[in-house]
Amino acid sequence: MLIGIPAETRAGEKRVATVPEVVEKLIKLGFKVAVESGAGDGANCSDESYRAAGAEIIADAPRLWATSDIVFKVTAPTNAEVELMREGGILIGFIWPAQNPELMNQLAAKKATVLAIDCLPRMLSRAQKMDALTSQAGVAGYRAVIEAANAFGRFFNGQITAAGKVPPAKVFIAGAGVAGLAAIGTAAGLGAIVRANDTRAEVADQVKSLGGEFVKVEYEEEGGGGGGYAKVMSEGFQQAQREMYAKQAREVDIIITTALIPGKPAPRLITAEMVHSMKPGSVIVDMAAERGGNCELTEPGQAVVKHGVTIVGYTDLNSRLAKQSSTLYGTNLFRLAEELCKTKDGIINVNMEDDAIRGLTVIKNGEITWPAPAPKLPAAKPAAPVKAAPAPAHGHGGGGAPVSAGKTAAIFGAAALLFLLIGAYAPAAFLGHFTVFVLACFVGYMVVWNVTPALHTPLMSVTNAISSIIAIGALVQIAPPLGLLGGFTGRPDGWIRWLAVVGIALTAVNMFGGFAVTRRMLSMFRK
Amino acid sequence: MSASLATVSYIGAIILFILSLGGLSNPESSRRGNLYGMIGMAIAVLATVFGPRVSMAGVPWIIAAMVVGGSVGLYAARKVQMTQMPELVALMHSLVGLAACLVGYANYIDPMAALNLSSAEKAIHEIEIYLGILIGAVTFAGSLIAFGKLSGKIGGKPLLLPGRHFLNLLGLLIVIAFGWQFLHAESVSAGMLGLTVMTVIALLFGIHMVMAIGGADMPVVVSMLNSYSGWAAAATGFMLNNDLLIVVGALVGSSGAILSYIMCRAMNRNFFSVIAGGFGGGAPAKKSGGEAQPAGEVVAISAIETAELLREAKNVIIVPGYGMAVAQAQHAVNEITQLLREKGVNVRFGIHPVAGRMPGHMNVLLAEAKVPYDIVMEMDEINAEFPDTDVSIVIGANDIVNPAAQEDPDSPIAGMPVLEVWKAKTSIMMKRSMATGYAGVENPLFYKENNRMLFGDAKKMLEEVLVALKA
Repeated sequence: MLIGIPAETRAGEKRVATVPEVVEKLIKLGFKVAVESGAGDGANCSDESYRAAGAEIIADAPRLWATSDIVFKVTAPTNAEVELMREGGILIGFIWPAQNPELMNQLAAKKATVLAIDCLPRMLSRAQKMDALTSQAGVAGYRAVIEAANAFGRFFNGQITAAGKVPPAKVFIAGAGVAGLAAIGTAAGLGAIVRANDTRAEVADQVKSLGGEFVKVEYEEEGGGGGGYAKVMSEGFQQAQREMYAKQAREVDIIITTALIPGKPAPRLITAEMVHSMKPGSVIVDMAAERGGNCELTEPGQAVVKHGVTIVGYTDLNSRLAKQSSTLYGTNLFRLAEELCKTKDGIINVNMEDDAIRGLTVIKNGEITWPAPAPKLPAAKPAAPVKAAPAPAHGHGGGGAPVSAGKTAAIFGAAALLFLLIGAYAPAAFLGHFTVFVLACFVGYMVVWNVTPALHTPLMSVTNAISSIIAIGALVQIAPPLGLLGGFTGRPDGWIRWLAVVGIALTAVNMFGGFAVTRRMLSMFRK
Repeated sequence: MSASLATVSYIGAIILFILSLGGLSNPESSRRGNLYGMIGMAIAVLATVFGPRVSMAGVPWIIAAMVVGGSVGLYAARKVQMTQMPELVALMHSLVGLAACLVGYANYIDPMAALNLSSAEKAIHEIEIYLGILIGAVTFAGSLIAFGKLSGKIGGKPLLLPGRHFLNLLGLLIVIAFGWQFLHAESVSAGMLGLTVMTVIALLFGIHMVMAIGGADMPVVVSMLNSYSGWAAAATGFMLNNDLLIVVGALVGSSGAILSYIMCRAMNRNFFSVIAGGFGGGAPAKKSGGEAQPAGEVVAISAIETAELLREAKNVIIVPGYGMAVAQAQHAVNEITQLLREKGVNVRFGIHPVAGRMPGHMNVLLAEAKVPYDIVMEMDEINAEFPDTDVSIVIGANDIVNPAAQEDPDSPIAGMPVLEVWKAKTSIMMKRSMATGYAGVENPLFYKENNRMLFGDAKKMLEEVLVALKA
């Protein structure tokens, strides 16, 4: 079958639906390729290069449309183009069926089969290689930063030069979808300080992974609207979001907005007042300009200066990077061709059983099949719960491998023998104390295993302080009441007293010093 | 105050002490725990002073002794630097040991103590005195030496006398022989000889024991002496028939024992081999078995390059060691940490259980420098994180980050758990020289491809890094 590549007719559109590198691959799939003369001029692809890749060059559009079995386009066809189209032909490109019902009817009247690349079920991981929305948004995000850099009067990265210090530019990116993420990566790569916000909290990690800082809206609401898009948020959230944007507007040098909600005008994020609050020389790039703009003052298709702020509202960011956009788009379509032509014989089979192709196919042989039923997908798996961290090694009974049975038996045997000896010979009074002693050892064992390792030094100093309890021993010796002596004389009172006094003085050092130093240490531990 | 009331007060004090140790399970509750300890101690002392065993005649003496000792203690507590904590703790252990000795002697020469005791009870009582003084003397002498070693007054190298195990055994036999003589002494003055000889031997044993232990094993020694001071208190409690002393002694004793166990496990060493000593300096001699020089090249890095690396990093783990304490670099570390955290870098600390010279030493130093404790992690918590880390910085540590422990089964430290800093994208080793650590083992980390060496004094280097970061 013959694939035709017409020149794009929309004003300012410089992209082309395939590039010579891809033409070669299409030919390997068994297709023949025809390119309208001059179709690739805007994307730096000459007729010669197409010819060298094996394509046929056709001088004018009517002939191309008439001979092609399949037409690859970028933008939706115009009325004139639909007129040129062959009865029962196949068209692949951006169609936007929801926005263009008129076009849909015209195409249906032509008994065409239309695959709208914008209707790809993006959640299918298999479909990612065909995802032209993603590839084009990525290019646009990159270009948005370049446009901002172009309009901005300073460096992006901070520098120390012989001519003085240059602070890094601060960039705020609203919406961390594909375009937003590409913009984050590009701006961070240029050395700017990048902040970003999105109503979908789960993208925070992606923002960080690209070198941006995720700015949260201080309001609890989940903004995922299915299919990787955002949804409209509640009033309370929007209020909090506006405050956050106002704050960012005052702080940053460059704002790039990418916020889109499917089927709705772009949300108004940046008010005139916020623009006013920005530093003179700041730049806003409004990537949602085509859909009304995220900024109140955006003029679609233009770069304007208002309140000293350059507001870039270009709607043709992809055309401003036409070669790159075309290469990626061409590859997406090539991947789709592969899916459509599994037999590699140049014959397309629109298999409606295939979820990805079913989603793409908006018109089949003149019959409108849009919108496609939700693909029977592996339902998006909820994020696997983070595995519980293994229990810390310390705790009751301590960590480490259990002691071997033989060792345990030996320990128990020795303990039993010791207890037997004590039981056989010790007097009753001793046993009372011994009971207390053994129990206290166990209490100590249980309590101390729970002490966190960070506090081992305070543990030592506090046990040190507590062990000054030995002062009690000295206290009871210093001057026992005479009654206790029972008239016993000959006690070397002087000696004992001095020993006891020294003992008390020594332990008092510990008692006061130990607790005081522990207190000093503990007061330092802070979050 | 009646005897019963005093006993009840003791029970209250015991409960407060247990709560005090229990409070240390996390930093939030630890301050209250310390307060419980103070209250418990106050109750115990007051109940004793105003109890039936002390007459008013003794109160002035007690107050005088308390004021003298207390003011010395408070002064020391205020003046001590956090890097000197191990020394202070060791010194305080020695005081407890000495007090136990004094109380033991006083009790022995007090005829009242053994009044109305049956012969079996008298024998047990005397064994208690003997043991109490023995443990007290070992604690006293050992702690003093530990203090000397920690404060650098005595060299850190282990002192290995020829036949040291034999000497220790001989000492033990003499102690037992004199103990026998002591038990059968007719009078106090006759028993005094045995007691004195034993005390001298115990002191020598304490000195010898700690002298033989190398610097890297100090955390074990300090916690072991901590344990001893507890057992000394418990022995005194038996001697005086005082349950409060027994309980507290047992609590402190088991606490120290557990700490020693934890420290030994962290070094993958047997407790007895640490106590037997000699590890710190003996190891290099064993290296003769054809240990190959680790392959690879040592790459040095400057402070400015270090700052560059840090600035570009997203995840940084800092592993401090004794070198940070020596250089007093904890404040510079904190400033760098704060700066990096403000820039959104995820900075965390990995603490090896035996880093420093005392259990928890590094935590205290970092806390002093006001590093928030929730970014200070234990080894087990952080080891899995190294592969996702951009830069790991080792400040003045060596053996605790030595990959040989995992990779070389013949290494003297094989099997010791270590912080896996080399799994980070880049590891930076901050060190004064290429010298080995206390274990005397070559560190193959220096030669790893992703390792950089930042030579110099930790504090000076970190300050340079800080300046470069701020620029």
